[in-house]
Amino acid sequence: MTQTTRAKPFSLQNLFSRFAIYAVLIAFALYFLMPIYVLVITALKPYADVSVARMWELPQGLYFESFVVAWSKVAPNFRNSILITVPAAIISSFIGSINGYIFSKWRFRGSNILFLLFLVGMFLPYQGVLIPMVLTLRSVGLYGKVVGLIFIHCVFGIPITALMFRSYYQGIPDELVDAGKIDGCGFFGIYRYILLPIAAPAFAVVLLWQFTSIWNDFIIGLVVLSNPTLAPVTVAVQNLTGSFTTEWNVQMAAALIAALPTIVVYLALGKLFMRGLLAGSVKG
Amino acid sequence: MDSTWKVESIFLSMAIGQTSLPATVHRVRKPRINRDMLLAILVITPSIIAVAVFIYSFIAWTFWISTVNWNTSVIDYTFVGLKNWTRMLSSSRFQIDLRNLALYAGGFMLQCIVIGFLLASLLDQRIKGESVFRTIFIFPFAISAVVTGVAWRWLMRPETGINLLFESVGLGFLRSKWFADPTWGILFITIAASWQFSGYVMALYLAGLRGISNEIKEAAQIDGCNSWNLHRHIIIPMVAPVTLTAIVLTGMASIRVFDIVTVMSGSGQAFSTDMFAFHMFEQMFTASRFSLSAVIGAFMIILSAFLLVPYLISVRRESEQ
Repeated sequence: MTQTTRAKPFSLQNLFSRFAIYAVLIAFALYFLMPIYVLVITALKPYADVSVARMWELPQGLYFESFVVAWSKVAPNFRNSILITVPAAIISSFIGSINGYIFSKWRFRGSNILFLLFLVGMFLPYQGVLIPMVLTLRSVGLYGKVVGLIFIHCVFGIPITALMFRSYYQGIPDELVDAGKIDGCGFFGIYRYILLPIAAPAFAVVLLWQFTSIWNDFIIGLVVLSNPTLAPVTVAVQNLTGSFTTEWNVQMAAALIAALPTIVVYLALGKLFMRGLLAGSVKG
Repeated sequence: MDSTWKVESIFLSMAIGQTSLPATVHRVRKPRINRDMLLAILVITPSIIAVAVFIYSFIAWTFWISTVNWNTSVIDYTFVGLKNWTRMLSSSRFQIDLRNLALYAGGFMLQCIVIGFLLASLLDQRIKGESVFRTIFIFPFAISAVVTGVAWRWLMRPETGINLLFESVGLGFLRSKWFADPTWGILFITIAASWQFSGYVMALYLAGLRGISNEIKEAAQIDGCNSWNLHRHIIIPMVAPVTLTAIVLTGMASIRVFDIVTVMSGSGQAFSTDMFAFHMFEQMFTASRFSLSAVIGAFMIILSAFLLVPYLISVRRESEQ
């Protein structure tokens, strides 16, 4: 990436400080991996082997029974989480791509103030709207329904998706839009033929963001869709692990199942996310 | 295409003072309201209505409920003024929540910012395998707070987990009751919470550090600046906007924390790990005291506004300069 300062001349002190840097980084890497390690090895043990005294030891062999048991308990919720997350992420990204387009390329009087109000709304805690949200969903018959939860996620996704797309579109020169106007493109034409074709990276990042945050949501799912068979998988994992009758290995397996989609998405697309995150400030 | 990819992280764009807020560019352009402009306003109107209704009017509604007498499952909009507020604010559980929030926010902010900055500055030293380290550090951010809580609850079991690890390496005196501690339990929950969040703070700092040009660092080194002074006088002041962003983000996360507390300990022994969001949820769903619950919700909004509004104003001022 950036060409930094020329390597310092070799010295014992330099060697020692390099060693110390790597030691600290490796120590932190182990710390960050520790909970995952414990989750995985506990889930792979049969219940008889999950003893508190040998918690850190590797399992004797690979044992997948706890995953089978956990899956039989959370499978309906896992499917429901997919039914909620995928449409909500796609719809809210699409809404965001249009709102971001308007906020960046069609500034009207008061649009900046509006945008600021969107931002403030995004930051405020959900707890401030929870009671009216439940009352409203009840009165329109969407309470306790998957559709109701999708709707809420789309509404609460409006500010963040607009912001992300706005930042992206601002990097696209206005001259391109002006050229489109001269060529006779209208509002939709510019969006469709000029911005949309080059917005793939923005879509990838916003979809990734929305997918992760909706999949990982707990409180809105708990409030809107508390029915144990319909609830999102995060709520199901809490129900399962909160009861003392569930075996530890099954609890860990259920937690891993719930985490799997976002882990896979992160490992597959994490580079994209980081590249985008850093690109803004790296020069050259 | 990647080169056109500016800043898509919202927080980052704020952190480096870019244009998340009213842009600095004032173009001289005729304010012509033509057909396309009308179309643009028309298309964005549903979103504006949704935000106005589902965020702003709902917040107002919460404040309204906090002033009525709706403390049973029967709807009752009889106005009682600030009765619920005085009752809630003087309750001992609410006061414990305030103390717990102070402890939680302090512990959480400190860990996220110190660990985040430390890891970012280490990774900025031309590290082999930087992307592997980065992936590991940010990894927990992709995992839900529920899963984080399940893992850490297991790690913090008094008879096993980290305590066992301590003993096996001869550090048995470090044994702890962790979040079951009746006084400091809430601080231990911040260990799990910042395990999840520090990687994100690291990413923000890393972006900030990469934004400092090498000329500045080289010039300082030529002037005889050692690494400590370089950090103290140049790097830390230059990433101050990132620090401000991190403080606001971790502060907001502390105010609304719910998932991880619910999973790990609930309200704990004598409310030692109780937080506002959990208290509010119980008032609402367990006790059906809607007005008292609304007081907590409204109070959380006020607290967040105290943190958020000065921040947004300062970012805006910066971007105008």
